[in-house]
Formats: sequence, structure tokens, C-alpha cells
Amino acid sequence: MNPFRRSPFVIAATVLVYFFLYAPIVGLILYSFNASRTNVTFEGFIPAYSENVVMDGSLVKSSPCGPFHWYCDLAKNNDVTEAAGNTLTIAFTATIISTIIGTMAALALQRYNFKMKPFSQLSLYIPIVIPEIVMGIGILTLFSQFFGWVNETFNLVGDGRLSLGIATVTMSHIAFMVPFVTLVVQARLQGFDKSYEEAAMDLGANEWTTFRRVTFPMILPGIMSGALLAFTLSLDDFVITFFTNGPGSTTLPIYVYGLLRRIITPQVNALSTVWILVVFFAVLALQILQNRDSKQHS
Amino acid sequence: MTSEFAVEMRDVVKRFITPEGGEIAAVDHVTMQIKNGEFFSMLGSSGCGKTTSLRMVAGFEWTTEGEVYIEGKAMGHTPPFQRKVNTVFQNYALFQHLTVFQNLAFGLEMEGAKEDEIKKRVGHALEMVQLTGMDRRKPKHLSGGQQQRVALARALVKTPDVLLLDEPLGALDLKLRKEMQLELKALQQQLGITFIYVTHDQEEALTMSDRIAVMSNGKVKQMGTPVEIYERPTNKFVADFIGESNFLEGKIKFISKSEARVFVPSLNTELVGMPISEGLVKGEEIVVCIRPEKVRITEKNAINQNMFRGKVANTVYIGADTHVFVDLQGTRLKVWEQNRISRLDPKSFYAVGQEVWLMLMPENTLVLKKD
Ligand SMILES: Nc1ncnc2c1ncn2[C@@H]1O[C@H](COP(=O)(O)OP(=O)(O)OP(=O)(O)O)[C@@H](O)[C@H]1O
Ligand SMILES: [Mg+2]
Repeated sequence: MNPFRRSPFVIAATVLVYFFLYAPIVGLILYSFNASRTNVTFEGFIPAYSENVVMDGSLVKSSPCGPFHWYCDLAKNNDVTEAAGNTLTIAFTATIISTIIGTMAALALQRYNFKMKPFSQLSLYIPIVIPEIVMGIGILTLFSQFFGWVNETFNLVGDGRLSLGIATVTMSHIAFMVPFVTLVVQARLQGFDKSYEEAAMDLGANEWTTFRRVTFPMILPGIMSGALLAFTLSLDDFVITFFTNGPGSTTLPIYVYGLLRRIITPQVNALSTVWILVVFFAVLALQILQNRDSKQHS
Repeated sequence: MTSEFAVEMRDVVKRFITPEGGEIAAVDHVTMQIKNGEFFSMLGSSGCGKTTSLRMVAGFEWTTEGEVYIEGKAMGHTPPFQRKVNTVFQNYALFQHLTVFQNLAFGLEMEGAKEDEIKKRVGHALEMVQLTGMDRRKPKHLSGGQQQRVALARALVKTPDVLLLDEPLGALDLKLRKEMQLELKALQQQLGITFIYVTHDQEEALTMSDRIAVMSNGKVKQMGTPVEIYERPTNKFVADFIGESNFLEGKIKFISKSEARVFVPSLNTELVGMPISEGLVKGEEIVVCIRPEKVRITEKNAINQNMFRGKVANTVYIGADTHVFVDLQGTRLKVWEQNRISRLDPKSFYAVGQEVWLMLMPENTLVLKKD
């Protein structure tokens, strides 16, 4: 038996870790049912009595949605649905593109030797280690300089002018996600023997068929991990999005930040709860998929 | 078939840039002609360039100089998928995400074979390697020997003219390896396919091959049948690498068309009636080579010529043979005596310190150039 299992230190550490990880989340979910609009203290759950929302000062006395009052509120909030839509659009687009680019980069770095290889490898780490805010400012500067120049040169006016928006956010997300995807896929490729590809070609498959039928299925789990990491990074990115978004491209983190600057109503908690659930189920689904996959392969 | 030779390598050189920035010739001016239907082995110690040679035939590597011909056609930069050779990889390289059936079917699908035909041919190939019924397993769930057979079947199902095998039995245990050696040889004869077989196991090469190329440092040191390689090594390297040999350094005192007289300083005598080989000249420094099982050992001097008196230094009983080490004035010779009679009685054999005579018979001796 593992001698450390019963050690009081291990038990204490475990409890502390779980407490700091999950207590805030549990609190956050609980407060999303708060009857108090100011959400400073928990004033109990909202009862479902009437057809209309009854308020008493900052207290919600009753609501047709009952304890889920703030969730109903949330659903009616067009800004939130728009922000959620933006977030998902950006995350999906950026994930797909960065996964493709990152995978290609990882494959190239693994199989070819070229002069600039050490530099290429190093350049992958730089976006990861430099502070996000530096990168955000850098990207913003780049876009504004470039857009300014283009607008000037081609005399663009009105809606034709290039400006910050979903496209710029997506591009900057791709830029910072590619290194992550590359590194994750590279780690997976370490164990990939090139003799599998040689075997495929030996049996008559050309380069493309070899990639499609052998390389890709064999490294797919690595690509999926890279894509999942990229997706979650994009979903909750604040700093870079903050610098590169424009009118109509507000994402959820930016929207929540905006709400916080006004008043923290339990709507924010409701939004966060929904968000957590979505991410939780996405990760769960992926885990199940990967498990089934590895069972099939073993 | 268009050419007498299934595969030909003409003056092939392959240089690699080492990670340290230097350059090495993994294959150094190699010329080999492999006949149709032949079981041809490349034999050599680790790093001598066997795999690299094979990979150039398969098309995974391009020659730096020289050319590879398959059935008389220069291969140039022809990619592997357009060469009519198939490879059995050392690590098998079975596709882990596919079943045994799918692994075998892969190569046939690439040829565009119909589903019925694929089923038939895969079934036949599995039968050939005695794996019928395993077709739905994943490679992971097979033993090492079974995986080896799948790798073999996957290459054979394509009915190649030439099969390249890179140490295919290297990962198997001794018993299984011996069995597979015989099976492979039988299969090769039955199918009439040319095999190019890479191994570092000389016994394996001697057992299976029609011809062997002994390689060292990227060069072919000798090419010939197993008997030629063992009985008539053309240089000291081969004599030393294949089996065991006794070497005596010497100098040619006299040479005629048919025989030579050699002075051996360490024994301070001359060997007479020595066989000669090409290119030897009078006064040349040479080595005399004799296999331990070909040295005659007796208790008295019989014919006076090429006989040497020595003392038994040690004897080692190893079952079928007894190895006797004899000191001749400071030079130690290995002599292998077959145990034709029971050695249970210690008196039945030479004792340590006993005086004996060794006879080097000219027909069993070789005079080789110093490398
Ligand atoms: N891609 C490569 N880059 C640099 N050097 C290489 C490369 N491939 C092989 N070599 C070198 O070439 C030499 C011959 O290698 P090769 O693999 O042909 O040897 P081998 O005879 O098959 O040995 P083994 O019995 O160990 O498999 C070795 O010194 C090896 O280090
Ligand atoms: Mg090798």
C-alpha cells in the first residue's frame, strides 16, 4: 500500500487544494441564485409566486422563474447572447486555423532540418513567455498602423474603412494559439516513428495518402489535445481581446469586465455558471471520446 | 524479366552530415549484383551501413554517388511507392490504428484492387504465415513472433519481385528465431522471390543465404557463397569476423606459381607449401590464417614439416568440442577437437602442461594480405 496515503500532510494539502480551487466556484454558483441585486451578501433563494417580478429595494421578492430569475434575465439580455455568439465564433475559427497551422509547423520541425530551425523553435516559446499585455499592445499597434496606412493609401471611407473587429480578434487569437498547438503536437510527435510513414509509402501510398491514412490518424489525439487547449485559451482570453476588439466584437470576458465596472448583479454569476457548465461538458465529452478512442486502439 | 539481376548497386556512395557537422560515408563505393530468385544477405557489425544500403534500394534514401538498378532500371529519385520492392521493417512498423486485415489490405488498396480480390489475397497471405483467424486483431494484441509474421505477410501480399528484410528476426528469442529462419528460407524457395536480407548474425546469414556480402565501415569486404566466405576468406577482416581464426604474422620468403614459403618470426620457423592468393609478392608482410577446427593436434612429431611443438595451456570442454589452447614459444593457438569419444575419463584428453605437436596442413591454411 502507498505509505503516503494516510499522512496528515497529504490529507491537509489535498483539502486545501480542493478548497482553493472549488470554493470560489461553488460560491459563484450559489450567488447566481441570490435574491439580492447588489449581491454583496446571500439573501436567500428567490421564490416563484407571481407572474411579474416583484422588487423590494434591491431585494427580489418573487419572480416567474423562481430561483432562476437571473438566468431568465440573462436570456433576455441581447448583449450577452451577442457576446456569447462572438466568443464562440472567434474560438471556433481561431481553433481550426491555429490547429492546422500549428500541426503543420510541428510536422515540419520534426522531419526537416533547416538552417533556421533552432530559431524557429525558439520563436515558438517567445509568444508564450512574454507578458500577454505586451503582445496585446504590440498587435494593436500593428493593426492600427497597418489599417491607418491602408485607409489612407486607398482613400477608404465610411464602412469601407478597415477597423478593429471580429477579424482582428480572431487573427490575434490565432497568433498566440499557434505556438501552444505546435508545442502540444510536437510532444506527441516525439514518439512517432517515421518508419510508419515509410511503411505506408513502401506499400504504395503517395505522400498525401500516407498523411491521410497513417500519419494523421496516428497523431490525431495530439492534435485534439492541442485544439482543445487552443479553444479554451481563446474562450477565456481577456488581455489580447481587450486590445484588439472593436464595436460589435465584444466577447464574454470583455462583456463581464464591462458589467463589473458598473454593478455586480447576480446576472454575472448566472452567466459565469452557464459558462462553466458549457466548458465542463465540453471537456467531459472530449474525455469520453478520447477514452473510447484509446480503448479501440488498445 | 528484363534483367539478369533483380537489384544492382553500382559504385554507390551515401554520405551523411553528422550532427556534429562532419561528414561520414555510411556506404562507401558499394557494388552488388543480386540475381533473380536469390537469397542474398548483407552481414556486418553495427553501423557498417547495411540498413543504409537497404534503404537506398527501397527508396527511403537517395544515393550520394552511384546508382541503384531494380530489374535493370536506374532508380534515380524514384519514390518508394513506385518501386516494385517491399520491405519488412526491423521494428515491423505495423499500423497500430488498423487491424491485421486492414494492415494487409492497405497495400492492395493502394494498387486499386477490388474488395473481393483483397479478401482473397489477404486470406491467402495470412494462411501462408499461419495467422488465419487473427485478421480482426490489432497489432498490439499479438505476440512478437505474430507481429513479425504480419509484417512479413503485409509485404508479401503485394507479390513483390524483391523483398527487403532489415534484421526481421532481431527482436525474437533464440528458439523462435531459429524456427523463423527455416520458415523464411522455405517461403523464399517456394515463392521464388528475391530476398535481400540484412543481419548482424553470421550464423543466420550462413544458414539461410545463397550469397553473402560481408560489410565493414561502409565497404563490401567480400561477397560469396557461405562456403566461400567461410573456407576462403579473401582478407583478414573476413577471416576474423566470420567464425574464429588463428593468425600468425609472417613474411613471404619465396613464392612460385603454386605455393609459397613463409617465415613466421614469432615461431622462428618457415611454413612450406603454403597456398598462394592473387597479388602476393616476395618479401611481403602477410598473415597466415588457420581455423581452430582445422589445426591437427598429436602427441608426437609425425612428418616434421609445418609441425610445431607446444604446451597445453588450458582446455575447455564445451560439449560437442573441447577447446585446447596451446602455447608455441609465446604464441597461443586455439585448437578445437571434436569429442568423438567420451571424455568422462580425464585421461582421455590432454592435460594442462602436456607437450603436444600441432600440424598446420597447407590445404587448410590461408595466406592473406595484411589489411
Ligand atoms: N540519417 C543519418 N544521418 C547521419 N548519419 C547516419 C544516418 N543514418 C545512418 N547514419 C550513420 O551511417 C552509419 C551506417 O548506419 P546504418 O544504419 O546503415 O548501419 P547498420 O549497418 O544498419 O547498423 P545496425 O546493425 O546497428 O543496424 C552509422 O555510422 C550511422 O550512424
Ligand atoms: Mg541497421
